[in-house]
Amino acid sequence: MMLGRLSIVLGLASTLLAQHTYTPEDIEEGGRLFRTNCVGCHGPEGNLVDGVDLGHGKFRHATTEEGLIDIVLTGIPGTAMPPNGVTSFQAGAIIAYLRSIATDGRSVVRGDAVRGASIFVNKGACNQCHRVNGDGSRVGPDLSEIGRLRRVTELERSILEPDAEVLPQNRFYRVTTNSGETITGRLLNEDTFSLQMMDSSEHLRSFRRSNLRETSFLEHSPMPSFRDKLSPGEVDDVVAYLVSLKGF
Amino acid sequence: MLLPEKREGRGALRFARVLKMRGLLAIFAATLLPGLATAQVSFDQILSAEKEPRNWLSYSGSPMSQRHSALVQVTPENVKNLEQQWVFQARSLEKFEATPLVVDGILYTVQPPNDVVALDAETGRQFWTYSYIPSPKARPCCGRVNRGLAVVGDTLFMGTIDAHLLAIDARNGHVLWNTAVASPEAGYAITHAPLVVKDEVIVGTAGGEYGIRGFIAAYDIKTGKERWRFYTIPGQGEPGNETWAGDSWKHGGASIWMTGSYDSVLNLTYWGIGNPGPDFTGDQRAGDNLYSDCVVALDADTGKLKWYYQFTPHDEMDYDSVQVPVLADLEWQGKPRKVMLWANRNGFFYVLDRASGQFLQGKPFTTVNWATGFDERGRPMKASSAVPKTEGTVVFPGVQGGTNWYSPSFSPRTGLFYIPSWDNYSAVFAKGDANFVEGREFVGTMPRGAIGGLRPGMVNFRKPEEGFGAVRAYDPKTGEKKWEFKMLDVTDAGILTTASDLLFSGGREGYFYALDARTGELLWKTMLGGAVASGPMTYSVNGRQYIAVCAGNALFVFALKE
Repeated sequence: MMLGRLSIVLGLASTLLAQHTYTPEDIEEGGRLFRTNCVGCHGPEGNLVDGVDLGHGKFRHATTEEGLIDIVLTGIPGTAMPPNGVTSFQAGAIIAYLRSIATDGRSVVRGDAVRGASIFVNKGACNQCHRVNGDGSRVGPDLSEIGRLRRVTELERSILEPDAEVLPQNRFYRVTTNSGETITGRLLNEDTFSLQMMDSSEHLRSFRRSNLRETSFLEHSPMPSFRDKLSPGEVDDVVAYLVSLKGF
Repeated sequence: MLLPEKREGRGALRFARVLKMRGLLAIFAATLLPGLATAQVSFDQILSAEKEPRNWLSYSGSPMSQRHSALVQVTPENVKNLEQQWVFQARSLEKFEATPLVVDGILYTVQPPNDVVALDAETGRQFWTYSYIPSPKARPCCGRVNRGLAVVGDTLFMGTIDAHLLAIDARNGHVLWNTAVASPEAGYAITHAPLVVKDEVIVGTAGGEYGIRGFIAAYDIKTGKERWRFYTIPGQGEPGNETWAGDSWKHGGASIWMTGSYDSVLNLTYWGIGNPGPDFTGDQRAGDNLYSDCVVALDADTGKLKWYYQFTPHDEMDYDSVQVPVLADLEWQGKPRKVMLWANRNGFFYVLDRASGQFLQGKPFTTVNWATGFDERGRPMKASSAVPKTEGTVVFPGVQGGTNWYSPSFSPRTGLFYIPSWDNYSAVFAKGDANFVEGREFVGTMPRGAIGGLRPGMVNFRKPEEGFGAVRAYDPKTGEKKWEFKMLDVTDAGILTTASDLLFSGGREGYFYALDARTGELLWKTMLGGAVASGPMTYSVNGRQYIAVCAGNALFVFALKE
């Protein structure tokens, strides 16, 4: 989805639009829809289209919530903005998400991506858990196109406060077998009788529930904070590197 | 490439040979198995289906719709020895929701959308296929599906997604008559299995999301001519029309998409009726909106209304009351009583007197917040906090309901009523505009929730608080839950029980399983690789019991290892 060339400056971040109240879950869903459908053209900050800055309420072509929703749904004829197959509520949730990020952190890249790449594999040892373009571990989220999906401020927050936001698909899972063995990793699939994981050694594991004593998502991210491990400048460099990762 | 008529001719020839062989066998077996002497199915046989459990002669197994079989070869002790006998792969990627019929070793089913197939019930080999090509104007809301056939004499009956009713020769698949029931352009469709009552075949019309005016109608089994019609929304001047504001009755939905039941002593046929339209905003249709979300009892000869009970007056949550009416004869508070058992999409489990329609009991079988209980007449008391509003309201159960069209089962042996259930499941309902244009969707704002028609692909997105599915066993006399079998994912599967106290069901995960009907203990399971979205059934041929269920795009048949 592309949100196109909208031309109204919306107000501060708010969860109340003209007709609907958007819960934090709705806004989270709006963010997911934005990353899935819109960032290809608009970028994660919403500012890749000339003259448009969705992340800071800079729109064209619409003056009301209904107008913005209509543009998301039907596109803008004669431009690259196509119609999108979402419901009007989902369109509203996307707009609520964009409003929520308008005052949320910086969007300017300050560091050096080349230095950041070096820190990523050396001092930071980020590749012990993360994979980029085929190199590194499969245990953590693959970051090959993270710069296409996530905002500068979100990347910085993930490095300094990894627990602040863990997307549902990135939660870690732990099972304890009847014999007392504990295995952690990423949950890949589950049903009434079994579950499938990639464990922390990157092995694919399948368990029968009858052989498990306990199962749960981990409350905290397994990723440590790098606040005391990297200097502010080094964090900026890693963020710059991550922003440069746009996929194959 | 064989021409269709040649293929049909070859199939019919082989079919005739098998019938001939079975006929010879039947002559020898007639004294032992009286029903085998003829391939014809009389209505008396359908009425007393429990006397010949080798056959499955109607959608729910009998006009009482208990989906319970007297077959006892497969037991809790030996069910672990079930093994797959054959598979019929449908040449269709639509949902396979049909329950087959079996008549003396011949299995009949519908391959979506509207192909009738006749198979050898022992081997799965095909006798013939009849392919009906529906009008491209057909627009069923929720898939080009069909849930099964009816049979009487040598004739099969099928409703089609373009709202035709067909009579088909069960021996060769030739069409005997084809009646246009309603207009597909206006959104009408038929997706359920017809119901045979005496010399008429009864169907109702789907299309509740397109602003139809629903009806139930009976057709002569010989000619296809309409005998009677009951509009599920009363016309001007008829009692109940005043429950619709203005002209809203003209396009208020109240569709039919599951098979009704029949009580031969009362001569009443019972049908569950769908939601009023537009589904999610009732402002333009102020009033109770009769007979949407009702069960109606109709005189089977005339179609005249005997009584009705409305489960959800002025529904704005799409709580279709199309569930199969399950008829049972119980001792109720010390006296024998003819009752109807009904687990409704709105989350309540009801017991009604099926002679009078009297409300006897209503209790939630899942998480419910839209009503707080019932008044002395059995009318639900709506909770003001759970009324859909413009800004959105969280309502339990969500739009898919606490159950839906999935067949429940009643076992006269255990006295328990078994419900395919969704629990801890809500949706956010927000009112929006809906303007009626004939043949166009007429629903309002679609609700949103964690679980929709289909769960998102990545399991890791799931949150622990989201809904789950369960088979739940209730004692109708008390409304008390006796046990439950909990599934991780939700379920669209119906339930079969047998006189050996087995229960068969499945779910979206693709498992098909057997439970102890008295305790809910898991006794056997198998993975079928596709969601079970149909009601299981059972039959026997040559003394061997088979259990059949559709999953994914195929029909699977099991029997004990020989």
